[in-house]
Amino acid sequence: MSDKRNITVTVNGNTYEREVDTRTTLVDFLRHDLELTGTHVGCEHGVCGACTVLVDGKSVRSCLMLAVQADEQSILTVEGLALGGQLNILQQCFQDHHSLQCGFCTSGMLMTLTEFLRDHPEPTEQEVQEVLTGNLCRCTGYLPIISATLDAARKMREGSK
Amino acid sequence: MKPVSFKYHDPRHLDEVVDLLSTLENAKLLAGGQTLMPMMNFRYLMPDHLIDLNKVEALDFLQVDGDYMSIGAMTRQRTLEFSSDMARHCPILLQALHFVGHRQTRNRGTMGGSLCHFDPAAELVNMTALLDGKLQIDSKKGAREVSIADFNQGFLTTQIAEGELLSRIRLTLPHALDGFAFVEFARRHGDFAIVACSSLMRLNAKGEIESVKIALSGLGAAPIRPHTIEANLLGHVPSNNIFIEAAHAANQIESVSDAYVSAVYRQHLARIMTYRALSQAAKCAQEKLNVR
Repeated sequence: MSDKRNITVTVNGNTYEREVDTRTTLVDFLRHDLELTGTHVGCEHGVCGACTVLVDGKSVRSCLMLAVQADEQSILTVEGLALGGQLNILQQCFQDHHSLQCGFCTSGMLMTLTEFLRDHPEPTEQEVQEVLTGNLCRCTGYLPIISATLDAARKMREGSK
Repeated sequence: MKPVSFKYHDPRHLDEVVDLLSTLENAKLLAGGQTLMPMMNFRYLMPDHLIDLNKVEALDFLQVDGDYMSIGAMTRQRTLEFSSDMARHCPILLQALHFVGHRQTRNRGTMGGSLCHFDPAAELVNMTALLDGKLQIDSKKGAREVSIADFNQGFLTTQIAEGELLSRIRLTLPHALDGFAFVEFARRHGDFAIVACSSLMRLNAKGEIESVKIALSGLGAAPIRPHTIEANLLGHVPSNNIFIEAAHAANQIESVSDAYVSAVYRQHLARIMTYRALSQAAKCAQEKLNVR
């Protein structure tokens, strides 16, 4: 038994029309159907946060959402962060602060923090720690990620002055 | 893993949902998906039909009506978190929401989903118990209302029967002078608590406790409202001694053990959480009294 639907989604500004199995999760749709493999599949049960993407501007775990539920919605993935091949401020700060080692969690971290810094341009260290509870990293011990986030927030504020 | 194949339904109206529920076999309702989707990914659950409630607008609302607040079952935790009505009328629920999962899960997770899953230590279940929630359950036969005290039927099990869905939660709002506190102990931020305690406390002009509510979660399958402890606090001026006495009584409540946490440890935490919740609620109530 296979139940299919046609969906139209906008991902990083590009509109895609695809037929999907209704059981396909959003993360598998992004990776397999759209070949956007920057979004990673970790635990597939909503614990690790590696698959975090923004759906209509809100961070969600894309392993816990069906592709069919994203119909007519706008999605931002890690591939949509860099502009013209240039790392954005947050990405550059991640590189500068050595905020990744294996890199598996990085795309999810970046998406969570993209939403967070948009809504909280002047975060405290405590607030950054709290928002990162939704993303697991097994390499860095989080400290470089926190310092990159605080640095990025500062640079974004300076840039918008 | 991935879910098995199912037939997907995305009704727009409540009557369509009720119709689908009354006709389909082995159907599951999908709310925010923060529990059901993992269970489907694991294939613990293999529904033949999935009824997605995310497009049923009539289930997404938050209304203040006198002493009550009505919340649609599909209202997202994020919506509650950023609601100005919630901040004004029910700040304790905001305090509790701070402990619910993570930003990404609150962005999808719903009030109704949390109640239907009924994790013993879920913060929103605790709040519904503290605020004497009344739950409206709809089916083809019509609507019925169940009080939160009768809603639980055992571990992770509620009164909702086949063909029924939770549509609305009605909470009794705290009084403007109620001091409030929600405290919990969890091993990591965002985890379900091992034990959580919430309290609302109001003082009269003489500074005596005029009304107090306590809800303790994590000791058994459902939150406990220790009415005897509540009653014994009435008429007293808040003091360390009476809170220690109340905490000692909370320590006597029968608790469950599991592979990770023993009953004795849960009871130990019940004592500490009760003491903290009452002390904080009293402090808050005193401040409110002074402001008036």
